[in-house]
Amino acid sequence: MSSHSHAEGQLPHEPEKATLEGRNKVLGFWLFLGGETVLFGTLFSAFLALRHQVLDGPQPNELFKLSLVAAATAILLTSSLTSVFAIQALHNHNVKALINWLIVTVVLGLGFLGLEIYEFYHYVHEGHGFTTSAFSSSFYTLVGFHGAHVAFGIVWISSIIGQLMKKGLTVVTAPKVYVAGMYWHFIDVVWVFIFTVVYLMGKVV
Amino acid sequence: MDWLTTVDHKKIGILYLIAGGFFFLVGGLEALLIRIQLWKPLNDFVSADTYNELITMHGTTMIFLAAMPMLFALMNAVVPLQIGARDVAFPFVNALGFWTFFFGAVLLNVSWFTSTGAPAAGWTAYAPLSGPAFSTGHGMDYYVLGLQIAGIGTLIGGINFLVTIINMRAPGMTFMRMPMFTWASFITSALILFAFPALAVGLAALMFDRVFDANFFDPNNGGNAVLWEHIFWIFGHPEVYILILPAFGVISEVISTFSRKRLFGYSSMVFATILIGFLGFMVWAHHMFTTGLGPVANALFSIATMLIAVPTGIKIFNWIFTMWGGSIKFTSANLYAVGFIPTFVMGGVTGVMLAAAPADFQYHDTYFVVAHFHYVIVGGLILGIFSGLHYWWPKMFGRILNETLGKWTFWMFYIGFHLTFFIQHFLGLLGMPRRIWTYLDGLGFNEMNLISTIGAIMMGIGTIMFILNVVITNAKPQNAADDPWEDGRTLEWTIPSPPPEYNFKQTPLVRGYDAYWKEKMDGHKGMTPAEPIGSIHMPSPSILPFTMSLGLFITGFGLMYSRDWTFITEHIGFYIAGLGLLITFGSMFLRSVYDDHGFHIEPEELEDKGVKA
Ligand code: HEM
Ligand SMILES: [Cu+2]
Repeated sequence: MSSHSHAEGQLPHEPEKATLEGRNKVLGFWLFLGGETVLFGTLFSAFLALRHQVLDGPQPNELFKLSLVAAATAILLTSSLTSVFAIQALHNHNVKALINWLIVTVVLGLGFLGLEIYEFYHYVHEGHGFTTSAFSSSFYTLVGFHGAHVAFGIVWISSIIGQLMKKGLTVVTAPKVYVAGMYWHFIDVVWVFIFTVVYLMGKVV
Repeated sequence: MDWLTTVDHKKIGILYLIAGGFFFLVGGLEALLIRIQLWKPLNDFVSADTYNELITMHGTTMIFLAAMPMLFALMNAVVPLQIGARDVAFPFVNALGFWTFFFGAVLLNVSWFTSTGAPAAGWTAYAPLSGPAFSTGHGMDYYVLGLQIAGIGTLIGGINFLVTIINMRAPGMTFMRMPMFTWASFITSALILFAFPALAVGLAALMFDRVFDANFFDPNNGGNAVLWEHIFWIFGHPEVYILILPAFGVISEVISTFSRKRLFGYSSMVFATILIGFLGFMVWAHHMFTTGLGPVANALFSIATMLIAVPTGIKIFNWIFTMWGGSIKFTSANLYAVGFIPTFVMGGVTGVMLAAAPADFQYHDTYFVVAHFHYVIVGGLILGIFSGLHYWWPKMFGRILNETLGKWTFWMFYIGFHLTFFIQHFLGLLGMPRRIWTYLDGLGFNEMNLISTIGAIMMGIGTIMFILNVVITNAKPQNAADDPWEDGRTLEWTIPSPPPEYNFKQTPLVRGYDAYWKEKMDGHKGMTPAEPIGSIHMPSPSILPFTMSLGLFITGFGLMYSRDWTFITEHIGFYIAGLGLLITFGSMFLRSVYDDHGFHIEPEELEDKGVKA
C-alpha cells in the first residue's frame, strides 16, 4: 500500500508485484490486452473479407517486397528479445542495464517504424493509396493500427526511461516497466500474424 | 469543482446517475415525440427526416447514454461496498471513464443544434445508408465520433470493475460467496471488454469511410455492407446482455432481501449468468436472418439463440422459488422487482419466436420487434434500474425515497408500459412496419396506435413522479440507518449511509455467503474486522480525467469539420483536432510525470465524511 516504506536497495524480488497497486496494474493490463486482441481480431477479419477487392489498384503479390518486410520483422522480433533482457535486469535490480536495454528496444522500434514509413511511401507511389480500393483501405488500417501501436509504445517506453533516470527503480516505477514490456511483446505477436496473414498469404494467393 | 476532480467511486456513481438520468429524459422526450407523431394516421407533426433523426437518437441515447451509465452508477455505488473494498482498483481511470462517456454524449447531442441535423440512419447505422453517399450531412459523423469517445469510457470502466472484483475482495469473500449483483457486474464487465473493441473498429472504419474516403462498406468501391452488420452485431448482441445482466443482479438482491430468504439456487444462478454471457457472443447473426446468410447459418444461429432460454429460465425459476414461502415485503423496490419477472418472461417468449428464422422473415422490421425489445429493455432493464435505485438510494444518499409516492410511480409506469408495448405485438402481426414516419388510414392501426401513445404519456408522467420523489426526498434530512430495510444481507448494509469516503473503517472478515445476514443469524451485531484500525491510504483528486476527455471532444469536433472550414486557411478542422489531441496527450504526460502518492487518513480523524449530494 504505502509506496514509500520500501527504501532503495531493499526492493523485493518482483518489485512490480510488491504492492496492490502494482498487482492491479499488471492484471488490468492483461485484461486490456484481451480487449486489444478483439480489436486486432476485428481488423484482421475486415482485412480478410476485403483483401481480394483490389479494383484498379495493384495486387498484393505485385506490391509486397518480402525482403523489406522480413528485415522489419527481424528488427521487431529482436526488440522483443531486448525487452526480455530489460525485464531480467529489472528482476536483478540492475537499473543501469535496465535503462540500456530499454533504450536498445526503443531504437529498434524506431528502426521498424522507419522501414514501415518507407514501405508505405513506396506503395503510394505504386498507386496503392488509402482510397484506391477496399483492399488498400483495410490494409492501411490494419497495418497502420499496428504501426500506431509501435509509435505509441516508443513514446511510452521513452517516458518510462526518463522516469527511471529521475526516480530509479521503485515499487512505483517497476510495474510501469513490466507492463510496458507486456505491451511490447503483444505488439510483436500481432506483427507475426500480420506477417503471415497479410504478407505471406498476399504473396501466394 | 469538487465534482470535476473527484476520484471517489461513490461520487462518480452519483455523477453517472445524474448524467445518465438526464439523457434518459432526453431519450424519453424523443420517444414521446415519436409517439405523438404516430398517434393518428397521416400525421404531420414532424417531417419524415426529423422522424428518422428522432428514432436514431432515441435508440442511441437510451442504450449508450442512459441505460449503460445508470447501470454504471449502480455498479460504482455498490460493487466496492459489496466486496468489502476501500476503493476501486483504478480511481483515476474510473473518473476518466465517466468524463469520456460524458463528453462523448455531449458531442453526440450537439448534432441536434447543427444545420445538417442529427444522425438519421438508425441506431444500428447500417451501411451503406450510414456512409457518405446516403448520409451526406454531419449527423453520422457525430454518431461515429461521439460513440467512439463514449465507448472508451465504457471499456476502461469495465476493466476497472474486473480488476477490482478479482483483486480487492475482503478476506473470506471467495468467488462463491460474492453477492449476485457483484457477479452480474463482473460478467457484464467481461462482456464489455470483449464486445466494445469490435464496435471501436467498426466505428473507426465507418469514420475512415466518411472522413478519409476509405472503402470499407461501400459496395461500389469493393466494400462490403454486410461486413458492417457482422461487426455491429458481434458487438450489439452481447451489448443487450451487458444491459440486462446487471438488472438480473439487482432483482436477485432485492427479491432475496424482501423475501427474507437466501437466494434460491445461488450456484446455479452464478452458472447461468456465466453461460448467458458466453452464449451472448455466439448468436449475433440472429439479427441478420434476412440478409441472406443461407439456411445453414440461419439454422445454427437460430438454435444457439434458443439455447439462451435455458439459463434464463433457470434464473426465473430461482427467483420464484426464492419468493416461495418467504415473508414478502412489497416495498417500492420489490414491486419493481416482482413486476420485472412476468414482463421479462414475455419478452423472452417473443424472443424465442423471433429466433425461429422462418418466422422472423414475417416479423422482421415490424412493430412486433419493437414490442419485443422494449419488453426486454424497458420491462427488464429499466424496471431493474428503478428497483435498484429505490433499494440503494438510502445507501447512496442517506435518505429513503418516499414509499407511497414510489408505489404510485410504479403503477403509473408499469401500466403505462404495458399499454404502450403490449398492443404493439398485434400492430406488428398486422404488418405495421417500424422506422416509418406515418401510416395510412383504414389499415386497422389507428386505435392501437392511439392506445400506445397514451401509454407512453403515462410512462412520461411516471418518470416525472420519480423526479418529484427525488426532489422531495432531497429536502429531507440525511437520517437513513446503516441497514434501513432492516433485512440487509450483504456488506454494504454494515457501514453508515452514505458511507464515509474510505468505506470501511476496518476491512471486514467474511465468513459465508450473505456475509452480514450470517453474522446476524449467529447473533452478532456486525462484522468481525480483519485488521486493526490503522491509517488509510486514499488517492488524491485530479482534474486530468476531465481535461483528457475535453481534449478528445475537441478532436472529434475538429475531425468532422476537417473539410468544411476554410475561413482562415485550408483544413482548420485538422488543426483543431490536433489541438484536442495535444490537450489529451499533454494531460497524459502530466499524469505520468507527477506521481500521485495520494494521502492518508489517520486513525484519529476517522470520523464520518459521507458523500455529500
Ligand atoms: C420509456 C418509453 C419508451 C418509448 C415510449 C419508446 C418508444 C419507441 C418507439 C416509438 C420507437 C420507434 C420504433 C420504430 O419506428 O422502429 C423506439 C425505438 C427504439 N427504442 Fe424505444 N421507447 C422507450 C424506451 C426505450 C428504452 C429505455 C430503450 C433502451 C434502453 C429503448 C430502445 C430503443 C431502440 C434501440 C429503438 C430502435 C431505434 C431504431 O430503430 O434505430 N427505448 N422506441
Ligand atoms: Cu441479439
